[in-house]
Amino acid sequence: MSTKLRILVPVKRVIDYAVKPRVKSDKSGVETNGVKHSMNPFDELSIEEATRMREKKLPVEEIVAISAGPAKCADTLRTAMAMGADRSIHVDVAEDKPLEPLTVAKLLKSVAEKEKSNLIFLGKQAIDDDSGQTGQMLAALLGWPQATQAAKVELNGEEVTVTREVDGGTETIKAKLPMIITTDLRLNEPRYASLPNIMKAKKKKLEKKSLKDYGLEEAFRLKTIQVTEPPQRQGGGKVEDVDGMIAKFKELGVL
Amino acid sequence: MSTSPALRYQVINIYKELLEMGKSYPLGYDYFRPRLHKAFMSQAHLKDEEKIKEGIKRAEYVKKEIEALYYLKKYRSMKQRYSSNQ
Repeated sequence: MSTKLRILVPVKRVIDYAVKPRVKSDKSGVETNGVKHSMNPFDELSIEEATRMREKKLPVEEIVAISAGPAKCADTLRTAMAMGADRSIHVDVAEDKPLEPLTVAKLLKSVAEKEKSNLIFLGKQAIDDDSGQTGQMLAALLGWPQATQAAKVELNGEEVTVTREVDGGTETIKAKLPMIITTDLRLNEPRYASLPNIMKAKKKKLEKKSLKDYGLEEAFRLKTIQVTEPPQRQGGGKVEDVDGMIAKFKELGVL
Repeated sequence: MSTSPALRYQVINIYKELLEMGKSYPLGYDYFRPRLHKAFMSQAHLKDEEKIKEGIKRAEYVKKEIEALYYLKKYRSMKQRYSSNQ
């Protein structure tokens, strides 16, 4: 008899991967107004993996997606539900004051306790702030085993075997549920949230919550001092002939 | 209009699905929409049910191709950004 899986999948709404981010003129951050947003690509892998577990007839009882952010996060959660989540929770957070990884981890801890989750799939990092901390912090707060950067996940009763991406190869580890897994690129190929599925997802439940419902407050430990664009790439130059090239080399001190 | 309403419904549905997908087309919705419209209009004269079914199949195929295109584009740019070795 194996335990029923209650999977929690936190997702983040980020600036779409195809958009080139622009830094605000006062250097306080990246412009998010009027910019296309979508689900963090690593979180798509998490949802997909949870959905595939169910399709493999593993004892998945429920897949819950959660997101903390402005009202538009609801769209991201709809996408998550179109991809396979059963219901979702939206924790309302002001757009101009995004949560720090630690607060997110604390929030997820109390959500996981409330929802009685025993498996949490997180993206290994978000493509906006690239912190890559939430999964690890959450594992520490809950005292659960963690497997980060998963490339393959196998479940056998209570036991989970995870192949991880590490420098120069892979590492295979085994742990018992409950467990935290963060996903890496090779784990699977996320499905496309098609129009009919998005329409169906509109019937699924989306709960609205606030940080207070989980006994938390916004706490900021970090202060952004300045955000700047990366230096512009210096373009190459064309030379007319061999002499020109030699002259250029001499100028640069190569010859 | 003598074609069966069921087929007509199917055609409209797949058109809507493709239209929705076009919103994230790399070259932009403004590029995608007129071309999609043209592709469907060019087949509007079809009366033979078998021919229409073939057309729907082709649209399904294009849908899969676009899905694959989106996936690969995303996967490749992620890989480029986040795999440091090599």
